[in-house]
Amino acid sequence: MSKIRQIGCEEALKQLLEYLDQELGEQHSHEVDQHLSTCRSCYSRMEFEKRLKQRLQDAGRQEVPDTLKDRINRLFAEQNKN
Amino acid sequence: MTVPMTENPPQPDPDLRAFCEQEIAAMLDRLYAAALRLTKGRCDAEDLVADTIVKVLDNLHSLQDRASFRGWVFRILHNTFISNCRTRLARPEDNVSSLHTPEGEAPEQFWLFDRLHQPFLLWWGNQEQEFLDRLMAEDMVRAIDALPDAFRMVVVLADIEGFSYREIADALELEVGTVRSRLSRGRSLLQKALWDYARETGIVSGPAPSRDER
Repeated sequence: MSKIRQIGCEEALKQLLEYLDQELGEQHSHEVDQHLSTCRSCYSRMEFEKRLKQRLQDAGRQEVPDTLKDRINRLFAEQNKN
Repeated sequence: MTVPMTENPPQPDPDLRAFCEQEIAAMLDRLYAAALRLTKGRCDAEDLVADTIVKVLDNLHSLQDRASFRGWVFRILHNTFISNCRTRLARPEDNVSSLHTPEGEAPEQFWLFDRLHQPFLLWWGNQEQEFLDRLMAEDMVRAIDALPDAFRMVVVLADIEGFSYREIADALELEVGTVRSRLSRGRSLLQKALWDYARETGIVSGPAPSRDER
């Protein structure tokens, strides 16, 4: 495996959200990993963005109302009759 | 709100229908969640999901690859939403200007962490953590709902539905680079909205934002 390039805070933060989205390639991901393991401030930022994303995901979850479930079941039943 | 059924659409094979029914049942909560964030209302969200599924069933014969089913359904959901908004253009209360392409000069990015982080407090407290702990789920929803449509759907698909950038690009018929830039701007706008709510409600100190600041 090739040696991991050292990156600074500016470059790590620029790539941080894509890193959390798992959209960076393996090499760039390793570079950010390495930076985070040595920089407390960027690590805190990463933790913050990760928790915020989790809070958004939790807030966005919704239970499907029974009225909608019934409506969808009726649509499938009609379709299956044809 | 109803979607006209195609007259005598070609019939998919029963195995494909069964696959569709199973997949829709498994993703119904996610479709509804996305529809709710797009329409911002429970009745409209239910109508949007139902309209989407009617179209899915009518066009099932054209599905090329079962692996792309999820993205295909979300694309139909999004296109149906846009089409419904355009139909409502005559209704003055519906502002659809934000449906237009938002690309252009990017405003300065806003990140909550830059406002909250105070390294010298490291050993006495964690202001970022406290901030997140004090925000309510309804604050999050309000901030998502305040995003212009074009940014909102990208943020919803990435941060609530966990889509990859490629999947978002396919679902919204955008370039991956456009998804990247809209996601970055959308998240920045969302964090600014959360900051404003936090100031309004006293979660963070400082005067409430003026109308011009928003």
